[in-house]
Amino acid sequence: MAAKTLYDKLWDAHVVRSEADGTALLYIDRHLVHEVTSPQAFEGLREAGRTPWKRLANLAVPDHNVPTTDRAAGIADPISREQVDALDRNVKHFDVPYIPLADLRQGIVHVVGPEQGATLPGMTVVCGDSHTATHGAFGALAFGIGTSEVEHALATQCLLQKKSKAMLIRVNGVVGPGVTAKDIVLAIIGRIGTAGGNGYILEFAGEAIMALSMEGRMTVCNMAIEAGARAGLIAVDDTTLNYVKGRPLAPRAEHWEQAVAWWRTLHSDAGAQFDRVVEFDAAEIQPQVTWGTSPEMVVPVDGRVPDPGQEPDAVKRGGMEKALAYMGLKAGTPIADIAIDKVFIGSCTNARIEDLRAAAAVVRGKSKAANVRLALVVPGSGLVKQQAEQEGLDAIFKAAGFEWREPGCSMCLGMNEDRLAPGERCASTSNRNFEGRQGAGSRTHLVSPAMAAAAGIAGRFVDIRSL
Amino acid sequence: MEAFTVLTSPALPLDRANVDTDAIIPKQYLKSIYKSGFGQYLFDDWRYLDAGDLSVPVASRRPNSEFVLNNPLHQGAKVLLARENFGCGSSREHAVWALSDHGIRCVIAPSFADIFFNNCFKNGVLPVALPAATVEALFQAVQADPRLEVTVDLAAQQVRWSKADAAFAVDPFRKDCLLRGLDEIGLTLEHADAIKVYEAQRAKTAPWLFT
Ligand code: SF4
Repeated sequence: MAAKTLYDKLWDAHVVRSEADGTALLYIDRHLVHEVTSPQAFEGLREAGRTPWKRLANLAVPDHNVPTTDRAAGIADPISREQVDALDRNVKHFDVPYIPLADLRQGIVHVVGPEQGATLPGMTVVCGDSHTATHGAFGALAFGIGTSEVEHALATQCLLQKKSKAMLIRVNGVVGPGVTAKDIVLAIIGRIGTAGGNGYILEFAGEAIMALSMEGRMTVCNMAIEAGARAGLIAVDDTTLNYVKGRPLAPRAEHWEQAVAWWRTLHSDAGAQFDRVVEFDAAEIQPQVTWGTSPEMVVPVDGRVPDPGQEPDAVKRGGMEKALAYMGLKAGTPIADIAIDKVFIGSCTNARIEDLRAAAAVVRGKSKAANVRLALVVPGSGLVKQQAEQEGLDAIFKAAGFEWREPGCSMCLGMNEDRLAPGERCASTSNRNFEGRQGAGSRTHLVSPAMAAAAGIAGRFVDIRSL
Repeated sequence: MEAFTVLTSPALPLDRANVDTDAIIPKQYLKSIYKSGFGQYLFDDWRYLDAGDLSVPVASRRPNSEFVLNNPLHQGAKVLLARENFGCGSSREHAVWALSDHGIRCVIAPSFADIFFNNCFKNGVLPVALPAATVEALFQAVQADPRLEVTVDLAAQQVRWSKADAAFAVDPFRKDCLLRGLDEIGLTLEHADAIKVYEAQRAKTAPWLFT
């Protein structure tokens, strides 16, 4: 039998039927639902008189619009409330498993899924959200879908898909101290570009990737979408199995052994063919800071804001000039000279327990810089929050003048009241630095949790390795 | 879904690369729980000088006369012309709803982000990828004559303008669905038996997913 990639194995296990042209009806094992991309899908089901094909394959949780301050009074913003209320009504109407706002387990869908064992190796996982790529960290084929596909997945438990090409991204060797999963993935995007993964799924491999915890692997796969790919994948190993074991929705008893026997085969075979292979030397990766309005606009922390004048490609040059104007930066400025106004530690990229520990380790015993107006720490879920509080991380953040909030997407996209004012500059652990992402006129610099915390203490970017 | 056969219309030249879905429809509008009405917010940040949200009537806002969408020369364009990697970023389908609600039925660019590309077909919008040089020629042609009629012929898989033409590729299944305006869910449910057979099989190899 020909050597298969991990992607081939996952794909083959889920094909219900194929059209002559290669379009496949792909079976969906898990469908995660949140309040923003689902109302029109549920509406479509109702209008067509359809019901969910496999009710228990779904799991819904509100996250994008939820307040991160006291929730006792409910959601103040009427439009946000309407969306969360619509989800409440829809899950009730269709009897879909639900973690409501008031539940301790509530949080960002991409944190909650793995935490609950709703995401398992070998699954196909979809959600009306591009960062569904996150779940690929488990050796699951996970990708974001649009609202029409949300409706399609609900109604048929399947999606029509064309197979993508497969790219292997191998990060060889060991990263230096202070270099995290976030820096690895930003460095990858910096090299291959935000369109580099178009038409591909990315399998991340190599010593530096397999050395990461599940949290770190989720950070890397999370941003596969920022490299233009629909999905990221990492092979299953002991780290994966140890994380999954005992989770509420993980297989139990005799099913566990059967599951593990299959899951252990979920890696690319030796000699499997990829459409493209890109290699990185982990030792060369440094802490990264984005300077522009696309995640590919990234440099090492000891670098400088690049000069568009040096860019030969006219379209790229124009993009760089626009980005610099928007970001209020001058070419040649050392990254370490950029002062910040706010810090955001959160999002489905970096709001898991390990991320909060890394940030707290930097903050411990220090205080927020005077020029930093707000440093926000938003745990990825209620369970992450609880764990962090048990470890005393909340006290460390609060003592340093950082705010400790309730879980949700928060300032990652500012759909709730957590957002930047026009022109404000933020060191953010999220995944997108697009124009207006964190509020109209907002200026976002993407960094790792430790780098964001360090920037909050220094009031400007600092090399975490120098602390 | 509205069928797509042959479209002839002036083009709206949006001379930008990496137009992300946040730019196509900013997030404050995602709070709507309805499917229509997004057209008035298409390219909101570029199109208006002041900030808006669902509670602000657009009539009270100040349009940015510099932005191409507000140029009277391009009114009524149903074809959008853009540069590479169009539709990148968030998976929001609202981006396509905003385009189609505004009247755009076809987007021509050198390349598209995958999710956006897929979403187009589900909403009767045709994304056409043409080589960068061809897109550049189209931009120049539209610049020379803003009312230039561009014809997009799906059956023939061809874009035609002035005396030029360009062929494009399209997936045969999607092409057929678009030409006939078919609903994908109904088509899939015709294979309900195949789905059940698959589930029965899978329940043996992965029983933990079917308990
Ligand atoms: S945290 Fe940000 S990127 Fe992640 S799901 Fe929420 S809004 Fe999307």
